[in-house]
Amino acid sequence: MMKPGCKGRRALVIFICVNLRSFADNSFLRMTNFLSDRIYRDPRIARIAFVALGALLLVLPFLVEAGLGRTWVRILDFAMLYVMLALGLNIVVGYAGLLDLGYVAFYAVGAYFYAILASPQFGLHLPWWALLPTGAGIACLFGVMLGAPTLRLRGDYLAIVTLGFGEIIRIFLNNLNAPVNVTNGPQGINMIDPVTLGGAALTRPMDLFGLTISGAHAHYYLFLGLTLLVVFIAFRLQDSRIGRAWAAIREDEVAAEAMGINTRNVKLLAFAMGATFGGLGGGLFAAFQGFVSPESFTLMESIMILCMVVLGGMGHIPGVILGALLVTMLPELLRYIGPLQQELIGHVVVDPSDLRMLLFGIGLVVVMLFRPQGLWPSPVRARELKPDNPDQVHQEQEALYDAER
Amino acid sequence: MDVLLQQILNGLILGSLYAMVALGYTMVYGILELINFAHGEIVMLGAMVAVSVLALLTALGVPVPLALLAALTAAVAVCVATGVLVERVAYRPLRNAPRLAPLITAIGVSIVLQNLAMIFWGRQYLSFPPVLDIQIYEFAGATITNVQILIVAVAAVTMGGLLLLVQRTRLGRAMRATAQNREVAGLMGVDVNRVIAATFAVGSALAAVAGLLIAAYYGIAHYNMGFILGLKAFSAAVLGGIGNIPGALLGGLLLGVIESLGAGYIGDLTGGFLGSHYQDIFAFFILILVLIFRPSGLLGERVADRA
Repeated sequence: MMKPGCKGRRALVIFICVNLRSFADNSFLRMTNFLSDRIYRDPRIARIAFVALGALLLVLPFLVEAGLGRTWVRILDFAMLYVMLALGLNIVVGYAGLLDLGYVAFYAVGAYFYAILASPQFGLHLPWWALLPTGAGIACLFGVMLGAPTLRLRGDYLAIVTLGFGEIIRIFLNNLNAPVNVTNGPQGINMIDPVTLGGAALTRPMDLFGLTISGAHAHYYLFLGLTLLVVFIAFRLQDSRIGRAWAAIREDEVAAEAMGINTRNVKLLAFAMGATFGGLGGGLFAAFQGFVSPESFTLMESIMILCMVVLGGMGHIPGVILGALLVTMLPELLRYIGPLQQELIGHVVVDPSDLRMLLFGIGLVVVMLFRPQGLWPSPVRARELKPDNPDQVHQEQEALYDAER
Repeated sequence: MDVLLQQILNGLILGSLYAMVALGYTMVYGILELINFAHGEIVMLGAMVAVSVLALLTALGVPVPLALLAALTAAVAVCVATGVLVERVAYRPLRNAPRLAPLITAIGVSIVLQNLAMIFWGRQYLSFPPVLDIQIYEFAGATITNVQILIVAVAAVTMGGLLLLVQRTRLGRAMRATAQNREVAGLMGVDVNRVIAATFAVGSALAAVAGLLIAAYYGIAHYNMGFILGLKAFSAAVLGGIGNIPGALLGGLLLGVIESLGAGYIGDLTGGFLGSHYQDIFAFFILILVLIFRPSGLLGERVADRA
């Protein structure tokens, strides 16, 4: 026999369970949404948050050096560089929905352009402030050259063609050491000029207000400034007329065209814009590293950058930044796996550096299967990919499927 | 020795290998409209397994034909299992997802397979055990070895078998029906999931045979060999018209000949500026040109939609 009130209690328990589950599903999402909502809506909190973030970013290299050592400052520099690259690729993949697997080609173009014109290779030492923007421009040109004929292809073909283009660039870099030695072949180009500031190379330690600033620190500030610039541009692009056109093309190209968007030009613009950021990143890489070789521009590099965008959340700037930071930082933790194996099993079974790409591969598959919106998606995208009513998705997909036929 | 004839002959031998791999891409694309990025890695897996088993058995003193057969069987078993598993885990859950999703998982799977192979077999090249006595035949001024003849013969027999399977059997008819329209085939009583799994199994079995032959052709196997090979085979499939089985054969043979002639003559054509180490770029240039000027390929009748 049921007691009166039992039914009500059971309903309450079910209600709580259901809510707990949906809370667990979306808790991270909600938390981030809640935070960003508060920051966007309350100007006071926003101001405090920005000041705190700015202060943190300013002292970060010193904190990191004190806590983790000088190597981690360098890792931080690379993380910044990859944030720039990932934001560039995000324009192509996240905004316009074009899968570009040859992104590293533009990175390579920027890097080699800088390296050839500012190293003993040809005895040319042009100034960095001229080379970085021109390199970005040249990469942009390459983007247009590749994009113009291929952008009318369907998405998956485009992916393969860009991949092939990346390989072609790498093969040329590898072999252009004969008969005229342009790229110095597999050995790469050495002793590339660093970025200088008032005649002093940024790689050398310098004294500033009684504070010794090492090369890694100086580059941190340089990269931080440029990253903030790139973030700013990315935000402005996203909310611009072009940004909305990209989103429209991503969602439904036919509808976008019907709305009067010149899809070819707008797609080409996305491609060129992404390539420009890639070229800029390449120039910075060459100047920072002082050495470039074809080894640095393999397909795996493209896939790593793609991983950052997909993992973080395609089309969402904070998500992509998070993805870039995670993908650059996490593999550094792998170096602790070797000693761990030593301790647990007695000898090193798997070389930790071998695990890096394996984990990226697994990461790509797992994210696409279980969280296609990424770790920190934009609120809009998250709703699209995970609406409250699953039937709705099905209907939408059916409609999409019919439209594709 | 006639250089032109020799290059064409080499190209045809290489091309028959590309064609076998291209078949795997084309079959999956025909049914799912998915570029199975991991297919090249499956070929690599086949080559690695075959070479390892062969080396092990010949070291134990097993007679060569038996060892070859065992190596082939092992390679086919491993590849079919991997192919079907990959389909089940990485592609099937995303069958109705946006187009880019399965492509990204395919890339992920391909990286996973490559790195697993690297961890398992190490970074060094595995060399194909010298079990076959190489004899060289003269043929109208060109030379061909018995191993090369064997490679072409095995490739021809396997591909003939595939054509029979697709055109004459019940399973083949189900595959063709599924490729035409998945929903309607399902309504007609075709178990679509099983047919798709079977397609992956057949494609992977072909990849295993191709892997063994490629290892025999080059004399080595390496964890890294699948990627470039897969790309070339995909280019071959696109050249012939993707989704079209005779197209894959034609595309593979053509690509092999173009590559071999190109590598042989590029030095003369460009006045020594580009050398034979640019061999790998021909496939990509052909791919880009075909996609721009004739996206449906040589034998493809359907105009690829450009949405």
